[in-house]
Amino acid sequence: MAMTSVRVLLVAAGALFMIAPFLIMVSTSFEPDTALLPSPPHFFPQNLTFSNYLDAWNGSDFGRYFLNSAYVSVLTTVASVAISAMTAFAFARFDFPAKNLVYGILLAGLMIPGIVVIVPQFILAKSLGLVDSLNGLVFFYTAGQIAFTTFLLRAFFERVPIELDEAMTIDGAGTLRKFLRLYLPLGRPALATAGVFSFLGAWDEYVWALTVISDSSKRTLPLGIAAFQGEHSTAWGLVFAASTIAVIPVVAVYIAGQRHLISGLTAGAVK
Amino acid sequence: MSVSTSPKTRKVRATVPPRPNKPRRGGASRRAPHWWVPWAFAAPGLALFGLTTGYPLVRSLQISFYQWSVLPGTASQFVGLGNYVRALGDSQFWNSVENAGAYLLMTVPATIAIALAFATLLHRPMPGRTLFRVIYYIPVVTSWVVVSLLFRYLFTTDNGAVNWFIQDIVHVVNGPVPWLEQRWTAMAAVSLLGIWKNLGWCIVVFLAALAGVQQDLYEAAEIDGANAWHKFVYVTFPGIRGTVVFVTIVQIIGAFNVFPSILLMTNGGPAGSTEVPLTYMYKQAFSFLDFGYAAAMSFVLAIIISAVSYLQYRFTREKKEARS
Repeated sequence: MAMTSVRVLLVAAGALFMIAPFLIMVSTSFEPDTALLPSPPHFFPQNLTFSNYLDAWNGSDFGRYFLNSAYVSVLTTVASVAISAMTAFAFARFDFPAKNLVYGILLAGLMIPGIVVIVPQFILAKSLGLVDSLNGLVFFYTAGQIAFTTFLLRAFFERVPIELDEAMTIDGAGTLRKFLRLYLPLGRPALATAGVFSFLGAWDEYVWALTVISDSSKRTLPLGIAAFQGEHSTAWGLVFAASTIAVIPVVAVYIAGQRHLISGLTAGAVK
Repeated sequence: MSVSTSPKTRKVRATVPPRPNKPRRGGASRRAPHWWVPWAFAAPGLALFGLTTGYPLVRSLQISFYQWSVLPGTASQFVGLGNYVRALGDSQFWNSVENAGAYLLMTVPATIAIALAFATLLHRPMPGRTLFRVIYYIPVVTSWVVVSLLFRYLFTTDNGAVNWFIQDIVHVVNGPVPWLEQRWTAMAAVSLLGIWKNLGWCIVVFLAALAGVQQDLYEAAEIDGANAWHKFVYVTFPGIRGTVVFVTIVQIIGAFNVFPSILLMTNGGPAGSTEVPLTYMYKQAFSFLDFGYAAAMSFVLAIIISAVSYLQYRFTREKKEARS
């Protein structure tokens, strides 16, 4: 149908603009650095070389940054999903005093941009001995995810049929057992959604890491890339090789969790 | 209250039909076996949240009233509203607010309009739909650091990809534009990055909203002889208005929060002309160690953002009530 081909054409043209910067990034990463940028820009690599990747991984500390990022992101994902699942379960399945007030405060926390409290957070991190430490990053990243992840999981736990819960009660199951044997297994899709968000959030985070990490061996990838660009402003091939290495896990996690990610995104948005 | 587990009670309870007036959601399991059970589950999360968000928020207010001393052992000096008064008279602060306003005007309406257009195009089945959705979404999940550096590269004055495109392909300028070397072109470049990065998120949310618009309304409109534009204005848009407002507010809040892109594309330059409130505040805090002043500015910003959020809440509520 003519209408459909016009639509495909328009959408494809838009997609070209979305993907072109990445094509240029990847092409540059596979080319030797030149004093002047190539014009027209290369959307596919010419003079193909892997030296930027080898230099990034061996010569610079990007291997270490990658491992630091992986460590922080994985621990943040596990901790924030586990803790938020417990919190969400309490709000989803029990009535208790001040429940709505506490939940309201939690949601209000979602509206406050993190950077507004960055000064007192920094003072707090210092007094807790959590600056310049990867575990310190895990602590604050996990805490930063709680409100959103709890919000996501609560809605899901509320949809677990109450009859199943009652049946387990009748069978003599306690609350902890119900949480572990009923809510967590049934909540797997929602837990996956929460996990994808936590992982991406921790993997991409820059500002807090910039504020608390000064030891270069503790840098995460975003810090490493930004610092590297600051030191070698013309070594774009190397910067983009490191960027490409950083983007690959993100795209992998995104494509693997695409369905979950979208259901989580739209959970609060569409009424 | 504990639930008996003896087989006898079990059998009785299992065979008794639920009382008809029993509220569907208020069953036995909403009552905790002990008062502390829900608190025990919620405690780790609430404690973390309170420690890292609630407490710092209160502390931020306190710090904002002081000439804060960062050296241990030296006393901070109480200055009352001094830091706030200073912000109101600080032309660099207002310059940064102006830049955030310009960024907002350049990004939010354009992002919403483009996202609505593409969501409408992508809504109905077409070849490659999933692939397109993935492509549009990739910038959203990519780190701000990576895309900011990438755009800095694309906006390079000599032989940059953007200058190549506008000079050699669409021929709208004669010479290279020094994008990042002057205030307003730099803000435009940062804004283009903002649009490009946020578009995918808006499209996905709009697509979800479009899926909820009743199909029979379109058929009715068609019978009445409506064209595509009429259908969009009279059926689609009213159906997704709540979502459009939601997305707009999220984007407005995001515009006030513009930070890493400025830091990495212009670092506030040239000569501080492209600072936004967060970069200015961040530098006051961590370059000049003026924590009190930074806290005051961040509080002003928090109030503005909360006001916007509240207005959104009221606005969507009124619309909902007006419709029902």
